[in-house]
Amino acid sequence: MEQFLNFLQQILSTPSILVGLIALIGLVAQKKPIEVVIKGTIKTILGFIVIGAGANVLVGALNYFGNLFNFAFAVQGVVPNNEAIVSLALNTYAKDTAIIMALGMVANLLLARFSRMKYIFLTGHHTLYMAALIAVVLTVGGLESGSWQLYVGGSMLLGLTMVFFPAIAQKTMVKITGDDSIAFGHFGTLGYVFAAWIGSLVGKGSKSTEDIKFPKRLSFLRDTSVAISLTMFIFFVLVTFAAVIKPDFDATVLGGTHWFLFSIIQSLTFAAGVYVVLAGVRLVLAEIVPAFKGISEKIVPDAKPALDCPVVFPYAENAVLLGFLVSFAGGLVGLAILFALQGTLNPALILPGVIPHFFCGATSGVFGNATGGRRGAILGAFGHGLLITFLPAMLMPVMGSLGFANTTFSDADFTAVGILIGNIANFVKGTGLLAVCVGLFVLPIVYNVVAPKKAKS
Amino acid sequence: MKLEKILCACGSGLGSSFLVEMNVNKVLKKLGVEDIEVAHCAATDVYKGAADLFVCGKDMVDILSAYGPCIVLQNIISVPELEAKLSDYLKEQGVI
Repeated sequence: MEQFLNFLQQILSTPSILVGLIALIGLVAQKKPIEVVIKGTIKTILGFIVIGAGANVLVGALNYFGNLFNFAFAVQGVVPNNEAIVSLALNTYAKDTAIIMALGMVANLLLARFSRMKYIFLTGHHTLYMAALIAVVLTVGGLESGSWQLYVGGSMLLGLTMVFFPAIAQKTMVKITGDDSIAFGHFGTLGYVFAAWIGSLVGKGSKSTEDIKFPKRLSFLRDTSVAISLTMFIFFVLVTFAAVIKPDFDATVLGGTHWFLFSIIQSLTFAAGVYVVLAGVRLVLAEIVPAFKGISEKIVPDAKPALDCPVVFPYAENAVLLGFLVSFAGGLVGLAILFALQGTLNPALILPGVIPHFFCGATSGVFGNATGGRRGAILGAFGHGLLITFLPAMLMPVMGSLGFANTTFSDADFTAVGILIGNIANFVKGTGLLAVCVGLFVLPIVYNVVAPKKAKS
Repeated sequence: MKLEKILCACGSGLGSSFLVEMNVNKVLKKLGVEDIEVAHCAATDVYKGAADLFVCGKDMVDILSAYGPCIVLQNIISVPELEAKLSDYLKEQGVI
């Protein structure tokens, strides 16, 4: 008997098996045929193991980069990349992340049913990433890894983010898509709302971006692997060169390889790691998201699906390109400002990651264009670029041991939620922090019951 | 040519293409078509022959149209638009 309990406990504490179980339960609940159940369960477990394998690949390159950067400039240099930081976080917090994600989806359903924020967050990879972030910051805040307090607090918080962020984007979404039937679910929302706000301030009388003719050739950067390889290559070459020319440089660090070849190999290794992690994420989500969608359509039929950011791209294709370029420029300016703060505040240097600037920058361009035309798209995306440079720098100190990794979360909502909860956790720890999570979760439901309903028109 | 596989694609092959895949499955079921495999991936992972039909948003058409027949969605998550275009294509191909 004791052996059996021990076995059960091992199953529940092996993250990949645990996620597999979640998928299994979802599939059985949907009354899928047995072969589909087996296939789906295996693929989910497989996906989790693939993510771990990808983490091993990219962490090597990332460590080289961090050490060289530190040696060359005597500051921490950080490449924000969600996939990289999540795969690192999963090394330690895999079980917590898996449970928070599963229960967080339930919390999302509850809020969609009982509050006025009727959204179902269907961007599965962002749910996973947010779950990992929440697991990290709450654990640093004293809710022990593996405790029910962490699961309850974490999932309530996750559920809240899954309806809150779509809710604040909805006003602009209606403007972009022209109707109120779909919502926006991508955890860069604060940046987009910020861009829309800037657009509404500056955009009076500005023409839409869609009247400009743009060369289409830059769209090759939408190939994420190529884009990551290219930018990491540029970063690696600059950093390795700056390290190599220092007189006290220890050439054995590069393993006898020429520094230029070293840069090529390591940048591509990093991109390869991200590629593998993405493949794993795809496998993990393949069963979980459809199950979530199916269940939500039954339980909360009147809720709006909140969807991934490229949903808005076809509505303003020029704003997509413009937003990316300008946001990236904002990232460079932000980097210069962080550099100027060395010696006083000593922030980590956040390098402009091409993926967040592409996807989030493009989306902020679309949002800025919707409220303020060309001027709105340009200034909104620029503001967004600054925002996703400063927020990650502020997030690093509350991430515990992961704050010393050479990568971090990139998109605005991850960093903002992390900073907010992380700093609350500096004042209230443990049970108090759990109370804060529960309070935040219950608030919109209570509001729905107590506050007067708007008259239906 | 027999239509055996439909591939839905978007920028990173995570979110939007996945939703389109679910929508394609929904439409196929409604039309009573079976035996067509549906999958999703990043637009740049597509190669010639990867599938018999591609489905993507308007923003991806430049990348995808080189690899085979392609259904382009104005509104990437609209099921009615997908249903209209997909059933037209299937009729054209003699599948339904």
